[in-house]
Amino acid sequence: MSERHLIELQVNGEPHELLVEARETLVDVLRHRVGATGTHVACEHGICGACTVLIDGEPARSCLVLGVMADGHEIRTVESLADESGLNDLQEAFTACHSLQCGFCTPGMLMLAEGGIPHLEDTSREEVRELVSANLCRCTGYETIVDAVEQVAQQRRSEDPTVTEGASA
Amino acid sequence: MSEPKMSRDGAFIGASVRRREDPRLLTGAGRFVDDIELTGQLHAQFVRSKVAFGRILDVDLEATRATPGVVAAFAADDLVMAPIAALLDRPFEQFRPTEMPVLAHDTVRFIGEPIAIVVARTPYAAEDGVEAARVEYETFDAIVSTDAALAHGARRLHDGAPDNVFVDVSLFDTPGLDEAFERAAQVVEMTIDSGRQNALPLETRAALAEWDERESQLVLHTPTQVPHLVRTATAASIGVPERAVRVIVPDMGGGFGLKCVVGREEIAVAAAAKRVGKPVKWIEDRKDALTASFLAREQRYVARAAFAADGEFLAFECDVVCDMGAYSCYPFTAGIEPLMASGEMPGVYRLGAYRVRGRAVATNKAPTAPYRGVSRPQYVMLLEQIMDQAGRQLRMDPLDVRRRNLITEFPYTSINNITYDPGSYLESLDLCEQMVREEGWFERQAEARAQGRHIGIGFACFSERTGYGSSAFAARKMLVVPGFDISDIRMDLDGTVTVTSGTMSHGQSHETTMAQIVADGLQLDISRVKLHQGDTDRITYGFGTFASRSAVIGGSAVQLAARALGEDLLEIAAHLMETNLDNLELRDGSVHRRDTPDERLTFEEIARVAYLEAHRLPKGVSPGLHATASFDVTNDGTFSNATQAAVVELDPDTGAVKILRYFCVEDCGVAINPQVVEGQARGGIAQGIAGALFEEVTYDANGEPSCASFMDYCIPTAMEMPDIRLAHLETPCIYNETGAKGAGEGGTIGAVGTILGAVNNALEPTGTLLERTPITPRAVHAAMTGGTR
Ligand code: FES
Ligand code: FES
Repeated sequence: MSERHLIELQVNGEPHELLVEARETLVDVLRHRVGATGTHVACEHGICGACTVLIDGEPARSCLVLGVMADGHEIRTVESLADESGLNDLQEAFTACHSLQCGFCTPGMLMLAEGGIPHLEDTSREEVRELVSANLCRCTGYETIVDAVEQVAQQRRSEDPTVTEGASA
Repeated sequence: MSEPKMSRDGAFIGASVRRREDPRLLTGAGRFVDDIELTGQLHAQFVRSKVAFGRILDVDLEATRATPGVVAAFAADDLVMAPIAALLDRPFEQFRPTEMPVLAHDTVRFIGEPIAIVVARTPYAAEDGVEAARVEYETFDAIVSTDAALAHGARRLHDGAPDNVFVDVSLFDTPGLDEAFERAAQVVEMTIDSGRQNALPLETRAALAEWDERESQLVLHTPTQVPHLVRTATAASIGVPERAVRVIVPDMGGGFGLKCVVGREEIAVAAAAKRVGKPVKWIEDRKDALTASFLAREQRYVARAAFAADGEFLAFECDVVCDMGAYSCYPFTAGIEPLMASGEMPGVYRLGAYRVRGRAVATNKAPTAPYRGVSRPQYVMLLEQIMDQAGRQLRMDPLDVRRRNLITEFPYTSINNITYDPGSYLESLDLCEQMVREEGWFERQAEARAQGRHIGIGFACFSERTGYGSSAFAARKMLVVPGFDISDIRMDLDGTVTVTSGTMSHGQSHETTMAQIVADGLQLDISRVKLHQGDTDRITYGFGTFASRSAVIGGSAVQLAARALGEDLLEIAAHLMETNLDNLELRDGSVHRRDTPDERLTFEEIARVAYLEAHRLPKGVSPGLHATASFDVTNDGTFSNATQAAVVELDPDTGAVKILRYFCVEDCGVAINPQVVEGQARGGIAQGIAGALFEEVTYDANGEPSCASFMDYCIPTAMEMPDIRLAHLETPCIYNETGAKGAGEGGTIGAVGTILGAVNNALEPTGTLLERTPITPRAVHAAMTGGTR
């Protein structure tokens, strides 16, 4: 059995103290130790993006990050998007546009978009398509995912008075 | 928020009702097999063959068992598991029966074949245990092509198949075929090759099994398209009664056919769980999913087609060889690809004479399962290239060659003895061509050509038999004959309805569409209906979801069950309201009197009587509200159809194919939920494009597969996918209850041939014809520069 470490994570606003193996990936820590199973695993080698979460607000592939490396950081997963009032705008757009079929890629797509939208320069369809192309989906053919993300990116931009042309974080 | 939309006449059928599965899947509350955690759960991984073909001399698991965290390790001899046998009722010349052991014992036949199962306290420790295993082999030369497998004196993979042929059928052989070739104005010759693909559901295969001592039952959670077939195969293999296995399918991350066969790992996990007395979970990793699960589509078609001067399709002769890999899959058998191809050609075209030979050949590769479309993407690609080539040779517009031969009168009994129900073959072609024309693509192509750019436009016309009933599968001579489905419906005390279906949604939105059918059938709000699926204890039998059968067959069973329940409600209401049945109707979740429409009994009021005041029920009516119905398709099934078109541009420097525009006109009869149908079309087309341009698993001379990760098996991203312009025609199915035809596979079936046709159209000035998918940039570049491919 490999070495163990005590780590501290903020997951969706809640503090967690966890004893993890040195080789345990962040996605395994989130899914199996924290119990946040919304984040999925489909390759474990950094290509598919199903495991995308936000680390300190930035999209990251949690299968490529070790739990110990995330020590002291703030993690957001798909479970953080909706609140008591219901789905957030991105989730709403995904269901309205039929951007999911089996739903396996969906948590990763949502977190990719949630973290990626603030970085978009002009929210054009081509720019959104490039953002979405970071993750894989086998069911939808992507068009409806691009539709939903484009819609929300433009909406959020139009509602945010601080955004100026070409701004990025 | 999710206000249900009503269609024109206020019904749910035909409306793009928001998907009821979405809220949980969007919030991370979906539950997939790996999300289930059972108390005391252990983790399994498999020791897999490192050689493609060989005899196992020794399996040494001592170091494995001594590995920290490992609880147990079992090789074939350590667990009692009968082999899986997928059989056809055909004579030996046509079908050679072979078996697939759950764990390989004396022979290994492909790299990745499971040899032993390791059970450990953590997934990491299970992998450590696998690493520690030692297997000794006597290695044979790997057989990695059908030519090598069929060569005289080739070593046989299975004793039962002495010539390495699983299936060999010769069909039709219409009298006069040879003469038709002699008198033909043009003969088109074509050889089409299709690369080996992985269906690649994003969720890999998985199993979580637990022996429940209290129920004397093994509970197996697994993402399968065919829960009851997994139950049957597992019970037979581990030697327990059918009722001692309960298969539960939670949320499922896609299947596309790969999960409609029974995997040996599911059974091994079940047997191991029973032995260790603890829950055992196995989650397939991506490497195993790519190399050791099920693949598909490696086929060669050698064809000749005879045409009259006016374009009439006179005769067609074809030899189909399918590389099925090492084993025959359960329940479909290795016949799945050659029988589909031989039996269903010539598709949408009238034809004078037909002769076909279809063979399934054994090689040292991972075995084949059905994959979305099964052979139809390949033979449609063949037939559409033939139509285009006939146009070139006859100097006719290739679309007119198609028009000359498309079936236009229905029902139509084809040369292949299949009777086609009404469709819109010609209309879909006309509309699709019009859409391409409206956007000016023909002119743009001419201009581009004049500037030396390579733009091509390709079309594919096709139909897809959906809703194969028992008789259609029986005609294939399967020993396990899928076909019918059963639905069970009940109304609870509060008037809410639970409907159970033997179908198994894994992205197709059945929780929404089946509820739409019930809501219309009973005239109540969709929020009062819940679909239950994926639990073999909840329904006696069912064949799950594959071959675009669920809406056609499962949907009809659901509708019949709803109707039966509605009749029970009316009968009780007639008694309580002291009137006769003709005076009553179902409306807004109530039974209304026609003569005094304000007088009504709500379903809740009726249900209360049925359960809590049974003494008020009419004589002879038993308490409770519950009905069961089944549905089968007794004729040849129902055919969806479509025409697709693509505009592509070839990059002269790199040979890359860029899709500029994509069109699809589809007709799946009554669309229960148009948005869902469009989703199936778009997703299906994406998978067809993937096969046409990007994906292939190749094997080296030692039988080592080329793809072990997403680095080498490149599935398309959003950057490679075009936006698709869709249009719908509606020719309802006249044989079933809903009018719906299947919609699951058509997108894929047409897309491969559409893309190849477009690329070949672009290459016309070079005089080169590509006849292989995936179409690689190298092949395109060679064609453009006159080099060899
Ligand atoms: S699971 Fe992390 S990128 Fe695929
Ligand atoms: S919805 Fe199934 S993989 Fe994206």
